[in-house]
Amino acid sequence: MNRTDIAVVGFAQAPQVAETTGTTNGVEMLVPIITEVLETTGLPRREVGFWCSGSSDYLAGRAFSFVSAVDAIGAVPPIVESHVEADAAWAFYEAWVKIRTGQARTAAVYGFGKSSAGDLRRVLALQLDPYTVAPLWPDAVSVAALQARAGLDAGLWSEKDMAEVAARSRADAIANPYAQLGDQVDAATLLDQPYVAEPLRAHDCPPVTDGAAVVVLAAASAAEDLCEHPAWITGLEHRIDSPVLGARELHRSPSTAAAAAAACGDIGTDGVQVAELHAPFSSQELLLRREVGLPDSARVNPSGGPLCGNPMFAAGLTRIGEAASRVMDGSADRVLAHATNGPALQQNLVCVMEGRD
Amino acid sequence: MATPLAPDTPLSAPLDVGFDYTRSLGPVLGRFMTALRERRIEGVRGSDGRVHVPPVEFDPVTSEALSEPVGVADEGTVVSWSWMPDPIAGQPLQHPFGWALVRLDGADTALLHAVDAGSPDRMRTGMRVRARWVDEPVGSIRDIACFEPAGPGAEPRGPAAPPPAGTEPVTMLTTPVHLAYRHSASVQESRYLRALAEGRFIGQRCPACGKVYVPPRGACPADGVPTEEEVELPDRGIVTTFCIVNVPFLGQRITPPYVAAYVLLDGADIAFLHLVLGCAADEVRMGMRVEAAWKPRERWTTSLENVDHFRPTGEPDAPFESYREHL
Repeated sequence: MNRTDIAVVGFAQAPQVAETTGTTNGVEMLVPIITEVLETTGLPRREVGFWCSGSSDYLAGRAFSFVSAVDAIGAVPPIVESHVEADAAWAFYEAWVKIRTGQARTAAVYGFGKSSAGDLRRVLALQLDPYTVAPLWPDAVSVAALQARAGLDAGLWSEKDMAEVAARSRADAIANPYAQLGDQVDAATLLDQPYVAEPLRAHDCPPVTDGAAVVVLAAASAAEDLCEHPAWITGLEHRIDSPVLGARELHRSPSTAAAAAAACGDIGTDGVQVAELHAPFSSQELLLRREVGLPDSARVNPSGGPLCGNPMFAAGLTRIGEAASRVMDGSADRVLAHATNGPALQQNLVCVMEGRD
Repeated sequence: MATPLAPDTPLSAPLDVGFDYTRSLGPVLGRFMTALRERRIEGVRGSDGRVHVPPVEFDPVTSEALSEPVGVADEGTVVSWSWMPDPIAGQPLQHPFGWALVRLDGADTALLHAVDAGSPDRMRTGMRVRARWVDEPVGSIRDIACFEPAGPGAEPRGPAAPPPAGTEPVTMLTTPVHLAYRHSASVQESRYLRALAEGRFIGQRCPACGKVYVPPRGACPADGVPTEEEVELPDRGIVTTFCIVNVPFLGQRITPPYVAAYVLLDGADIAFLHLVLGCAADEVRMGMRVEAAWKPRERWTTSLENVDHFRPTGEPDAPFESYREHL
């Protein structure tokens, strides 16, 4: 294997909104942000060595919707392109492998989702076991509520802790022009609200969001030409837990712990200043902080995180882009991004990035 | 459709998709479903002796294929729960209920199902619940209608219904899936569809390569740049390529043989698929000149179906060189 160094050199995202008038193939959201990231990096479109996307036909309600999205990148003369039916963080992983194995020097990775087109709570039931679980149509919020309860019962967090995560996220999101939600509200006020799926209240759940994101990666031989302060990837790993909800300890995430341990290397999470965690539910942030082993000094989700904007299939890639941006803008030297797929944090990816002087 | 839309509002319409998924079950799940039909619950023993309910086909640790069935009780303990105040379509109960992970007596893993508890006040971790069976089980997880509170204070169960007739093992599962979407056309497609409602074709020219797309796409698929210049196109052109449909299929509206053809409008660079009627199928040929046969005006909508079919004009065929780039 070619053990070349690889960095994130560019990131752009569409506004996270409750509903776009655009199509489910995402072209309207993707054309402006792909144009933006190519202009910011100065990477000519024809020189992108590999394109990879993440999205789901289940959001669009039709087959091969991702093929139409290729309109947004210009596929003639033929390009090298791939797709994952997963959060685009896994497309990012595929692109990283492509560069590491010497098959490309640069890659553009994008994810998109028009979550508003269908009934997201029902659509996500179809990622569950089709024999013994999905026929009951357990909705995504209820499944997350079972996980939140497991942590409450285990004494790992309280409803107040969860409300504090939501309040901090929404305050931070005020400064994020792309965030769907963002306001000053205190945890006590949030705790007065009714449950939507006990023990979850509305603030514990992500909004339904339409959105898209794109990240550009480059090998060392190209990275410094494209970005003044590349975010060098020092670890990128993903692991998975059982699909059987009732066989997992839902208040734990062994796959996150394993991915983080592998991605962080010998020094662990020491010196991680910013962590962007793909925790669509407030309790999941509390769970993930423990499993990753973040130092108390780490700033978690300064973007506001998925609680303030959760574009399906782009939200994980957005975490990587947001964390990398803290290195690229010089405000952090070591950052960690996490992404998830599947019900109740079934599959988890951790990406550690660092700046160099 | 009651509210008049601004002319540039993209068109959208309901898109309801449905499919009855039929799945073969294999030995482990087939056995589980067969037992459910008899109002029994059967798990499978894992490599480490633990009992998995619902059963898994392979051990999650050793990956060993599992096959030893283990009967468990239809009563057990809630290990986690949430409350659903406003059930959504397809869920086990249509009045407020609890979701619970239930560890059945004799099992080591938990089964997800609904608990008909009446109120969240009656739900707690550690509560005892028992299965409520449907009257006519068929071999499905939904043969358990839901769980209900059990233990001290619960009403005693009535006499067990006799197991239903039928001794053939359950081997298949049918799961109907219906999802409702709102499908949106792009701004450009919407302008195209509105023009069709007026009996006109419009396309768009790519500013980079100059190609004219119909329907317009908003971005040139070759160059990835937005397309903005609108081009009015005639309702006539040529057949570039075609096939003769001889095979009958479900939902077919025309009796075979008939011709499905790519029609390239004059001035366009992308052909679209339509019907060519008005002559014998074996008279249709590449380069043949055709024109739109519109339905009566009062039936026009924002759809290409306004054109019933294309028909020959009788003009001389276009030379191959004129459309070789469009095949």
